[in-house]
Amino acid sequence: MSPEKLDLLQGTLDLMVLQTLTVMGSMHGYGIARRIEQVSADEVLLNQGTIYASLVRLEQRGWISSNWGTSDNNRKAKFYSITATGKRQLVADARHWERLKDVMERVLTMDNSAEGADA
Amino acid sequence: MSETLRLVKRLWAFIRRKPLDDDLEDELAAHLQFAIDDNIARGMSRTEARRMALISIGGMDQARYQHREARGFMTLDIFKQDFKYTLRTLWHDPSFTIVAVLILALATGANIAVFSVVNTLLLRPLPFPNAHELVWIAPPPTKCGMSCATYSTDAYDEFRAGSRSYQDVTGYFAFSGADNLSLNLGGAPIPATSIDVIENFFQVLGVHAQMGRVFTAEDARNGSAPVVLLSNAWWKRQFNADPNIVGKSFDMNGRQTTVIGVLPASFDFGAVFAPGTKVDAITPLNLYGPPRDWGNIITLIGRMKPGITLGQAVDEAARVAPHMCWNNKRPETCGDYKGAVVPVGLKDYIGGKLRRSLIVLWSAVGAILLIACVNLSNLLLARGAARAKEFAMRGALGASRGRIVRQLLTESLVLSGMGAVFGFMLAAVLVQWLAHQGAIALPLLSTLHMDGAALGWTVLIAVFSATIFGIVPGLRMAGGNVYESLKDAGPGATASRKHERIRSVLVVSEVALACMLLVGAGLLLRSFMNVLKVDLGFEPDHAAAIKVDYDDSVPNDKDGSLRAQKRGVIFQQIINRVGALPGVEAAGMVDYLPLGQNRAWGLPFPKGVKRPKGIESGPLVYVISPGYMRAMGTSIRGRDFAWSDLPKTERVVMINRSFAKFLDGYAKWPNGDAVGQALSNGGQDLHIVGIVDDVHEESVDGDAGWQIYYPMTQAGPSGAELVVRTRMNPASLAGSVLAALREMNPKQPAAEFRPIRLLVNHAVSGRQFFMLLVVSFAGLGLLLAALGIYGVISYSVTRQTQEIGIRMALGASASHVRRRILTSTLRLALIGVAIGVGASIAGARLIAALLFGTSPWDVATYGSMALLLLIIAALSGYIPAFRASRINPTVALRTN
Repeated sequence: MSPEKLDLLQGTLDLMVLQTLTVMGSMHGYGIARRIEQVSADEVLLNQGTIYASLVRLEQRGWISSNWGTSDNNRKAKFYSITATGKRQLVADARHWERLKDVMERVLTMDNSAEGADA
Repeated sequence: MSETLRLVKRLWAFIRRKPLDDDLEDELAAHLQFAIDDNIARGMSRTEARRMALISIGGMDQARYQHREARGFMTLDIFKQDFKYTLRTLWHDPSFTIVAVLILALATGANIAVFSVVNTLLLRPLPFPNAHELVWIAPPPTKCGMSCATYSTDAYDEFRAGSRSYQDVTGYFAFSGADNLSLNLGGAPIPATSIDVIENFFQVLGVHAQMGRVFTAEDARNGSAPVVLLSNAWWKRQFNADPNIVGKSFDMNGRQTTVIGVLPASFDFGAVFAPGTKVDAITPLNLYGPPRDWGNIITLIGRMKPGITLGQAVDEAARVAPHMCWNNKRPETCGDYKGAVVPVGLKDYIGGKLRRSLIVLWSAVGAILLIACVNLSNLLLARGAARAKEFAMRGALGASRGRIVRQLLTESLVLSGMGAVFGFMLAAVLVQWLAHQGAIALPLLSTLHMDGAALGWTVLIAVFSATIFGIVPGLRMAGGNVYESLKDAGPGATASRKHERIRSVLVVSEVALACMLLVGAGLLLRSFMNVLKVDLGFEPDHAAAIKVDYDDSVPNDKDGSLRAQKRGVIFQQIINRVGALPGVEAAGMVDYLPLGQNRAWGLPFPKGVKRPKGIESGPLVYVISPGYMRAMGTSIRGRDFAWSDLPKTERVVMINRSFAKFLDGYAKWPNGDAVGQALSNGGQDLHIVGIVDDVHEESVDGDAGWQIYYPMTQAGPSGAELVVRTRMNPASLAGSVLAALREMNPKQPAAEFRPIRLLVNHAVSGRQFFMLLVVSFAGLGLLLAALGIYGVISYSVTRQTQEIGIRMALGASASHVRRRILTSTLRLALIGVAIGVGASIAGARLIAALLFGTSPWDVATYGSMALLLLIIAALSGYIPAFRASRINPTVALRTN
């Protein structure tokens, strides 16, 4: 494991799962975990097992739903899909992340040019 | 919204754990399989593919753990585990479990029962809607009994009209005695007790009839048809809970009286206003009939308007009082009530006097709970020592300290929970029993019941005691390091010194608490003994009283003298007849028995002496027949009344010594002798023919006040109680006395033949009640302390078996071993007693107000209680000491 991998912030995994399900439709836990790993280009440190804590949390909140089905290679697996409330939640959460990202960007690119203006 | 949903689901997941776990297992298995398939497809070997798959999952156990944590409540899961484990260990140690639960059940039960009493008497509002608005309106306490706590009808009208603070003001007739109603259903008349209330009484209290209706103004007018409301209990007892009773009429006191309603079971007049008595029926008081001129007869109860404070009501009453007249036709009586109209909360009036007793009682059960906790702590410590190895092992295997403390606290909680369950049942039985002790003169006792508050208190006590007794052993167990504990668990270890010190501290505190309890109980017991020894002014044993029915009405009797004459004839007949019964030594009549009701008729003053201002209260008035004093066992100096004292002859009275002494202070009679002197009251001359002993008329433990006695042939009695003195057991006369009365008057109800001793018992029942409770709590405390001492000493003997063996092998005698152990026991007990006595001396002020004729620092009580405690301690230490002296050195040494 490369030491530069990013630790996931609290709550980000849930958002990633929601987004994955929106884009990819119905998926099982392994598929979601792989998809996130691929998209992040192995940048995040994800123990695939953690996905199941996230899934149960989302399901209990009613944002995703699940049922047992059969995969392409004919294996029994539990498939998850996003619900209408889940979609709404995703929009809200995504907006929140956008704002946070902007703020972080501004803070991190800050220089001392504003100082004079304030004084 | 989504979070609430999640909470519900999490709870559900906690309960239905198994299927969800299975589901997760399947899911994880599928996940692993997908990963392996992928890895194989990428060209790995089967073993390598599996290894890499497991690595990317990041540990199956972690995944399960995280999932469960998110899904349910891990803490609850752990608690469930600990709980199951606790039940298993307790099940395997039944003797420990039984002792521990028993101790806790007794302590918790006592606490819950006392809490219920305190809750009913002090905390809970009275059983009326918006009870905080209700006030009792009376003067500050005075010497002259009920007459000074009541008001005339004119005063009532003025107060009601003149006050703005109240929604309405009501009251009841304060002077009706027991068995004043005789119900005639054809056979022998049935005695019952009724109370006259002002018609708006129930509206003011907010009580509705269970059946029918309550009184209206119509019911209390001149010429209204007589109506009655039945108490729920009487309706059930006397009328078999007849559902069609409303509208029926019965012969009550010779008048056809219609039942207009039945009161709800929740309303018990006696419980609220006349503790220790039962009231069967309520009748309307006609304020505009004869009672108009009876003087002070009404107690006042008001319901304040919402938003009015007690302070405002008090201020207003002080403004209204000067306008109130004793009798509107006598302007000189206007202003008589100045300073004598003070509203207090009805609740305070009823329960206020008991506040101190209840606080003492509460402290006593609190001490019991602490002693029980200390005992449990000790038991758990001893048990923990035996389990030290188990915990050390768990610690060595990786259990965190917190996890072990949690396990121990769970055990404490389970124990205290079981104790609380049994304690609650015990308390329920106790409370049920107390609620049916009608003879105890404590207010609201019959309304006592277990409620939600008691349940809440139980939970609170269980959690509190679990924390108290669980924390010391818990920290102690988890505190030592693993190595030490493993080492310490071996036999003959010296590292347990620290352990034993904790246990000694616990025993000392236990003894100290028990000592305080014992001292308190001893003081109360001694006070009670002193109360029983009080010279009452009459002889309560070998005498009994029965309410007598008589008809002295005479038509066209202008000044009452014909009635008085007729009364004299009837009473003389009764007394002669009953006095002649075999076994009867003396018989006489009185209208109010001592320790019951009373009244005053103004202040008679020595004739020709100027009456000083500022003395408002007069002596209590009793109207008696000749022979009454002898029947009561009260001695007379001078002469008794005679049947020849008639309406037309000289007016005669007897007064008690205190009143005579007071009057002599103004009159300066020759030799201070009042006999033969004349008093004047309301323009009438009263000749003192006798001086009698001071009779305790209001309470056994209070001071006797002033009393004046009038003959029944000159003054009007309010009823008649026939007092009979005998050498035999008074109960054996009941039949013959009643038969004799019946023969003379067929209307005589089968009234109760009450031993005078009962009146005294009733008067001291409240004190006795508290005394008995505190004494039994002290006994319980003593028992628990003895158990504690025994446990600690026998534990230390067990631990020192080897040491004792060596000592004995080296020549120590059995008696030497015994003495050594007894000495260490007594040392602990002595320290405990010293602390306990010190704390009692400091805290005695709390109890001082409850004592009678006993100093709160009574040396004899302190000494005897300390001695008792030391003896008990010595006895509890002797058993293990004896066991130690029987240790066989060879056996003891071989066990190593």
